[in-house]
Amino acid sequence: MTIGKEHHMTSAVSAADIAPTAYAWEIQATGLKVRVGRKRMAVDGLDLSLGTGVHGLLGPNGAGKTTLIRTLATVLRPTEGTLEILGESTGGMGEHRALRRRIGYLPQEFGYYKRFTVREFVEYMAWLKEVPKADIPAAVQRAVERVGLADRADDKMKTLSGGMVRRVGIAQAIVNDPTILLLDEPTVGLDPAQRLRFRELLQELGTDTCVLVSTHLVEDVAAACTDVVVFAEGRLVFQGPPDELASVGGPEHVGDSPLERGYSALLLNPEQGRGTW
Amino acid sequence: MSVEHASMRIIDGYARGDTDFAADEVWALEAHLEACEGCRDRLSAAVTAEAPAVAALVGTVWSDLEPQLAASATMPRQRRWSARLSRWMTPTMVPWLAMVVSVTLLALLLDLVDTGSGEVSLVLLLAPILPVLGVAASWSRGLDPAYELTASVPRAGLYLVLRRTASVLAVVVPALLVAGWVTGVTAAQWLLPCLAFTSTTLALGGVVGVTRAAVALAAVWAAAVVAPTLATSRTTFALQTGSLPVWGLVLALGTAVVIARRGAYSVLGAHR
Repeated sequence: MTIGKEHHMTSAVSAADIAPTAYAWEIQATGLKVRVGRKRMAVDGLDLSLGTGVHGLLGPNGAGKTTLIRTLATVLRPTEGTLEILGESTGGMGEHRALRRRIGYLPQEFGYYKRFTVREFVEYMAWLKEVPKADIPAAVQRAVERVGLADRADDKMKTLSGGMVRRVGIAQAIVNDPTILLLDEPTVGLDPAQRLRFRELLQELGTDTCVLVSTHLVEDVAAACTDVVVFAEGRLVFQGPPDELASVGGPEHVGDSPLERGYSALLLNPEQGRGTW
Repeated sequence: MSVEHASMRIIDGYARGDTDFAADEVWALEAHLEACEGCRDRLSAAVTAEAPAVAALVGTVWSDLEPQLAASATMPRQRRWSARLSRWMTPTMVPWLAMVVSVTLLALLLDLVDTGSGEVSLVLLLAPILPVLGVAASWSRGLDPAYELTASVPRAGLYLVLRRTASVLAVVVPALLVAGWVTGVTAAQWLLPCLAFTSTTLALGGVVGVTRAAVALAAVWAAAVVAPTLATSRTTFALQTGSLPVWGLVLALGTAVVIARRGAYSVLGAHR
């Protein structure tokens, strides 16, 4: 060989990239209970295993979706049961710094600083997420391009429309190239075209990331998710591919699509006689 | 240390797209090209000479791209100072800190004109709770719109708590120093209560939320010290030099609790 010796070359794949994972599931919850406030168990005995792919989290209002996502983002601590994220137990009082570097999170109420530009805000989030200093400009540019905001990157946040702000939220969630991506109602405020683009992005991310998207729009799930998790009253009602959910419903159930009929069939549980909503 | 470069034979062959290369040879060449500018230059020269079709294709792509590249915004070189400052304090803290400084100046003004509060210095009386207000602002759910995002990041927790507290103290303490110097109050008299209050706010904040803790402590201070002092016009025992060991003890205890319970600052509970 006439070209450089091994130690002079940039290796295309680092050792960390090809190391086997030490866990079976990215997210694994067993008997998980999370208390909100003094009495209410928002997540009440949940057994859930999630691997790589796009998982749609469906459920009625007040089902505990947000609480579950917050617990997975490690900003709420489990009350009971075990929760292992990327093989690390999140029960104790630790700060989980190493784990949090690999999580991307978009909260339902996405708050931001109005006077920051898009780039400044995503840069600030990248700094908070301990992205190495030298990688920050490139990571920010890539994240902003992925959500289609490259032309508005140096505009102030207060000049953006609601849908664009939402996309900044998605950009900050993916800026650290997370292994687990948690998105709480990310499609609120997106127009139909943006929603289609967002679904494509989700599918792209889902090839190597464990994405959990909470939504109340069944069609989002049908289009972008490889797996559906139906959640009601803090418990798991259904987990499986969208086709399987569609097959649960019959013509007698409410809904415009097979998936919606399947969803309403699942929630028509007799022990759950709770009003018309 | 000398670096071995790719031979002209390999570069020419690569430019022509020869198929007789072994996969590992191509891989090694490409990895080397990524890091070596000289070899990239030789490759581009080889492409022009050996493979005009490829050169023409690259030319076409480049001329197609150029108008798009000209239209897209380039990244600004210089970061704004406010963006760098945000690593120390959130933008929403700035007006609060301005308020704290103006309260200090107001207290100083009242001390100087001496409106009949006797021998009591207002600066001394307010000094312990002024940084507490700033600390509360840095962790308030109502004031910081990005509180939930901030709580979920790896830098959240003790690191960010200390960073923001330090930035509050860096603004408040110099202002108080100047005010104390003008009114003749010694720094020891107020600095220790000031730090003790700050550490107690953080310690209590880990349990009930920093904002709640700050409000409660400020209320206790106002009721137990400020009001009686203003009523009787005498400096209370709490602010005399004799009580400094007690304040030192409170500071030590507060700091110990903060360090022992550092995990509590990385969850949503601390932002109440």
